[in-house]
Amino acid sequence: MSGRIGMPSPWLLLGPMLVVVLAAVGYPVVTTIWLAFTDTRLMAGPGSAHWIGLENFAYVFTDADFLAAAGRTVYFTLVSVSAEALLGIAVALLLNQEFHGRTFCRALLVLPWALPTIVNALMWRLVYQPDFGVLNAVLSQTGLIGSYRSWLGVESSAMNAVILADVWKNYPLVALIVLAALQSAPAELYGAATLDGANAWHRFRVVTWPIIAPPLLVALVLRSIEALKVFDIFYVMTHGGPASATKTMSFFVYEESFRFMRVGSGASYALIVVLICMVFVGVYVRLLKRQEAS
Amino acid sequence: MAALGAMSSASAETLNALFMAQAAYSDSDVKAMTAAFEKDNPGVTVNLEFVPYEALYDKIVASKAAGGAGYDVVLYDVIWPAAFAQNNVLVDVTDRLKGLDRSQIFDGAWATVDYDGKTYGMPWILDTKYLFYNTEMLKKAGIAAPPKTWEELAKDAKIIKDKGIVQYPIVWSWSQAEAVICDYVTIAAAYGGKFFDDGKPAFDKGGSLDALKYMVQTLKDGVSNPNSKEYLEEDVRKVFSAGDAAFALNWTYMYGKANDPAESKVVGKVGVEPAPGVEGKTAASAVNGSMALGITAGSSKVDLAWKYIAYLTSKPVQDKYAQLSLPIWKASYTDPAVTKGQEPLVQSADVAIGLMTPRPMVASYQELSTILQTQIQNALAGKATPEDALAAAAKDAARIR
Amino acid sequence: MVRRPFATVLVYLGVALFLVTTLAPILWLGVMSVSLPADLTDKPLSLIPKHIDLSHYARLFTFNANSLGEAFLMALRNSLLSSVGATVIALAVSVPAGWAFSRYRDGRVATVLYVILATYMTPAVALILPLYFLLSALGLLNNVLGLVIVYCSMLTPFTAWFIKAAFDAVPRELESAAAIDGASVFQTLRRVTLPYARAGVATAALFAILLAWDDFFYALLFTSNQNAKTLTVTIADFAAGRATDFGLVSAAGLLTALPPVLIAFVLQKSLVAGLTTGSVKG
Repeated sequence: MSGRIGMPSPWLLLGPMLVVVLAAVGYPVVTTIWLAFTDTRLMAGPGSAHWIGLENFAYVFTDADFLAAAGRTVYFTLVSVSAEALLGIAVALLLNQEFHGRTFCRALLVLPWALPTIVNALMWRLVYQPDFGVLNAVLSQTGLIGSYRSWLGVESSAMNAVILADVWKNYPLVALIVLAALQSAPAELYGAATLDGANAWHRFRVVTWPIIAPPLLVALVLRSIEALKVFDIFYVMTHGGPASATKTMSFFVYEESFRFMRVGSGASYALIVVLICMVFVGVYVRLLKRQEAS
Repeated sequence: MAALGAMSSASAETLNALFMAQAAYSDSDVKAMTAAFEKDNPGVTVNLEFVPYEALYDKIVASKAAGGAGYDVVLYDVIWPAAFAQNNVLVDVTDRLKGLDRSQIFDGAWATVDYDGKTYGMPWILDTKYLFYNTEMLKKAGIAAPPKTWEELAKDAKIIKDKGIVQYPIVWSWSQAEAVICDYVTIAAAYGGKFFDDGKPAFDKGGSLDALKYMVQTLKDGVSNPNSKEYLEEDVRKVFSAGDAAFALNWTYMYGKANDPAESKVVGKVGVEPAPGVEGKTAASAVNGSMALGITAGSSKVDLAWKYIAYLTSKPVQDKYAQLSLPIWKASYTDPAVTKGQEPLVQSADVAIGLMTPRPMVASYQELSTILQTQIQNALAGKATPEDALAAAAKDAARIR
Repeated sequence: MVRRPFATVLVYLGVALFLVTTLAPILWLGVMSVSLPADLTDKPLSLIPKHIDLSHYARLFTFNANSLGEAFLMALRNSLLSSVGATVIALAVSVPAGWAFSRYRDGRVATVLYVILATYMTPAVALILPLYFLLSALGLLNNVLGLVIVYCSMLTPFTAWFIKAAFDAVPRELESAAAIDGASVFQTLRRVTLPYARAGVATAALFAILLAWDDFFYALLFTSNQNAKTLTVTIADFAAGRATDFGLVSAAGLLTALPPVLIAFVLQKSLVAGLTTGSVKG
């Protein structure tokens, strides 16, 4: 701890950020919280909204469709974020090796991530297109599948097909962060471990993991929040179908407040998304603290 | 249009208008029409905004919720007037239309703008779903005339499938979207189905139930392309244009596109008929898929906005741009300048437009549609029987808050 | 470190797999962008285009009034201005804030960190209406500045967290040494902490730019014409309606990815430079 000389008040340092955040989202966030406890309807005009306490939240727990959407969204988050973490670490370790064309590969890593979500979603929709899509063409021309099949139109595969598209675009972020951490690790550490005769797994546990864990956890916190809020990719790829198999929580927020005009109840859905995010973040923070302690 | 005289002075005025990107009329057609309007009205500028269909509703709603001073003229879909009227989004223009002989325009077109005895704008884009067929495939299968009933369609499709001409003869847009409702309403109309009876949901009985049973059966029989469950209109067009389907249900625009050599392999083999009927009940069927122009309640230039709408919907302007969207005026359909090159389509349109069935006119339409989409998809996926699916939909619909 | 031959083979196999999975979808996007629409509905589908048709690119590079090229170019400008503008602001406020989050063991400071993160957890679709209302009241609808404000709200929680993590990794002894030399906190931050954590800050910057670049739904509702429409919204326009031109979408999509890739390339250089200075001092 550096309480030595001239440490200014933390609020001086935090001030500018607080001003920016409050100016941009202060009003919307406070509004959303207030709306969640009212029966406000879109466009209904002033004076028509009433404070109804927890009624919106009570309703949510009788709404089997929303609960199913919450389950679906958590599934999407767990699967896609763990896949991103594993792939990200693996590719970062790979690109940290010496090989010809390494610079090119590192530059290439940014490409999927630089493709905007909406373009990525359109691209994968075309890849999965059941009659003319390239995936069916490649798989059947190489003999991996006998006949063309539907990917996004069948409940059993639609969610996983979207997850694949999402992971393909987003794992490079994790890979880049891990790569940066690996590169900042002093090379001597590895040398010492090798001399000790440690095997690869042991070396990873003892040397690599402590270096990459803190930034990795930050990346996972942010990716998980993004995943729990997911909207755009489903909006473009499936619009919630087939038979609602890909309707996520954000989709319900959107439908409830925009399409069905129940802004109050939509806001309560949104706050539930925040609560679930907090649970996830809580787990990560615990992991982070344990990591720091060890 | 009484107040027009009051603003004859050519002061600089600006209108903000919201349109839909690449629908019926192309962006460049709308720009050309607007340029002509500006030329006739010196000092007037119209700012045009084009958004995808999916964003049109959200934009109108957001602008209204924020005080409504954003747009003067908006394009809106046939399924929204009830909600818009209830929330005072659009200006009631009933009085402005007093001088007009309403019988010059199709009744189906008026259904787009009328709600509860009042009129909220002018119909502009008339559209419905037609049955398109591949003339060559029908000939090969020995089918002399296109089907007149839905049963006949299923039978013809079976013949085509059995002869190995094409694997899945019929393609539809049955993805979880408004598109599946349009197909469903078309078939339900043919079966004489009702959606509401005395204000209570009635789509789980009679013709409405028969329609869903029909849809599920064609999937079971393998005559409908199973991918229809994830298809939108554009996918239907591509499958039909690639020569992978003998029949397709789609909007007017497919006629021109399927005859465009750059995008289609079935040029010159495109047949079009009104969607079929049901023996003993109906001769043909159609869904109202029209769109209209209205003035927003927040506009401060109602008179000028009305002048602009009256211009865009006038017969001469619509006749001039009839290649992409057929006019609302009955007289246009016998005008050789309008029908030239699209005679079969105009012939079918003349029948179908007279039959256009509206989707339920309720303020909570969006929610009703979402419920129906989900339950229809459940039935199509085989997760529920048509009876159970529609019963569940009726139950959910009765619960709408 | 000398690698055994077996390990080398493994590395190259991994690289090959990485190249194929990364490139295949993008190459297919490229194929679609130069194909004739009718060729893309062939069965069996030809993976190599039979005809090369550059008309989509030609349309995107025609710049007269009301052309697609003009719309695309303006959208590119709007996307760059809004995402870079918001990133600059977010970084400027996040560097001091990140340092405070990293160095002050104060419960209230930690609370601020989590409150900031909580604003980030709120689904964008819920914030859209109040934000629309706010921008409308300020007259900033359809305005790049309005987008900058909105994007700041998305980026700041992100960059603050990231930069805090980067500063956590900076050894305190370096800062103490500077402090002993009589440098103020801000001088230490600028001369010691920032250069050391340059890689992390560069990553945060890249992340922020891409996050704003990626936005679709805010821009869709808050912009109405070329004055402020961003690239994602413009591409959605190309893909909208009943005559979707996927060749055009593919071409535009590929071009859209280029600027971020270039920015990433430049940042990666500074990233590497930052790392070397870091390791020299470390």
